[in-house]
Amino acid sequence: MNENLKKALFEYLLWMGDTTLVLGHRLSEWCGHGPILEEDIALTNISLDLLGEARYYYTYAGEVEGEDRTEDDLAYLRDVMDYHNSLLVEQPNGDFGFTMVRQFLFTAFWYHMQDALLSSSDERIRGIAEKAIKEVTYHLRHSSDWIKRLGDGTEESHKKVQEAVETIWMLTEDLFLSMPNDKLLIDEKIVPEMSGIHKKWQETVKTVFEEATLKMPTESFNMKGGREGKHSEHLGYILAELQFLPRAYPGAKW
Amino acid sequence: MNTKEEIWDYLEEVKDPEIPVLSVLDLGIVRSVEVNADGALVTITPTYTGCPATHVIEQDIRSKLTEKGIENFTIKTTLSPAWTTDWISEEGRRKLKEYGIAPPEEASLDKSSVSDHPKVVHCPRCHSTNTEMKSFFGSTPCKSLYVCNDCKEPFDYFKCL
Repeated sequence: MNENLKKALFEYLLWMGDTTLVLGHRLSEWCGHGPILEEDIALTNISLDLLGEARYYYTYAGEVEGEDRTEDDLAYLRDVMDYHNSLLVEQPNGDFGFTMVRQFLFTAFWYHMQDALLSSSDERIRGIAEKAIKEVTYHLRHSSDWIKRLGDGTEESHKKVQEAVETIWMLTEDLFLSMPNDKLLIDEKIVPEMSGIHKKWQETVKTVFEEATLKMPTESFNMKGGREGKHSEHLGYILAELQFLPRAYPGAKW
Repeated sequence: MNTKEEIWDYLEEVKDPEIPVLSVLDLGIVRSVEVNADGALVTITPTYTGCPATHVIEQDIRSKLTEKGIENFTIKTTLSPAWTTDWISEEGRRKLKEYGIAPPEEASLDKSSVSDHPKVVHCPRCHSTNTEMKSFFGSTPCKSLYVCNDCKEPFDYFKCL
């Protein structure tokens, strides 16, 4: 693998690792705060699955980079600007409806990503996708069910999720942000083209929103830049909490 | 040098930390054991991506083999082909049921998690099929929470994957 391709793959893996880690962390914040016990368990279960995915991506990223960085080094010892996660996942939880809207919009995207990565030419990425897609399939069902139940629920629940959709919509384009180096990976059939994923995502969102009686926003303003390290203010707070221990006690072990 | 068969026997003694009636062999976590001049190679696969037991299982295998006096061995983790509940042995299914956890009923990729038609799950206590899913997510990543409408007991169902 030549150096440019290696760098492109490393950064792509970091984006996937950072995105799953940050969302996993956000969902873990629900632990002990879920509106009902079953949801507390569901959100933390999904959080664990995302954390598991992040570990696979980081471990592989470290190997691709070839500088002996472990999954922990990559998660704990990089600062905000070196994080590549998509902007959507770092947004604060808000109320349960807001969390579900964020979760659904992400999971619909992630499902189509994993589905496409099942045919990646990279054996490792394909292996992770084979594993992840089984779980992401029921994650998607879980959040779709809630979007329908809340959207087509009471006047109050409908109002809350519709507002959440309108608040967060401007961060959805960022999920599909491509970097110039992605082309190298696309040419090698390691990763899919984002335009195809975007189209499938729109179809999934449209279908579920229709059933949920929710309106798809049409506004064109979008904030982008997560993969470039341009983040909202929220990521810094997440990392401060997530990285505290290894920063304060370097080399600490269980 | 220990033989392959001996190592398989030792691994039977390693239990799942969350469901201690099942061995790692019952669960289908150990994919292969190879022995050559350099030592033994044990290949394992995680059940669920987020299962915190995965790490403990690896450590337990390590301790068991060391305890049995095996010095040269490597434990390799593989993701593909992805683990499926189809790999839980007949013996494992029987043990699960006795333990009060309904074993996965369908020998294929879970359809209940992706379709709106939940499958029939037998109550592990009274064997009634008049059961109902209360929550897809349960006490561990691998379980769903069910309740039996006949004997009124709640129970865990090992979901198909």
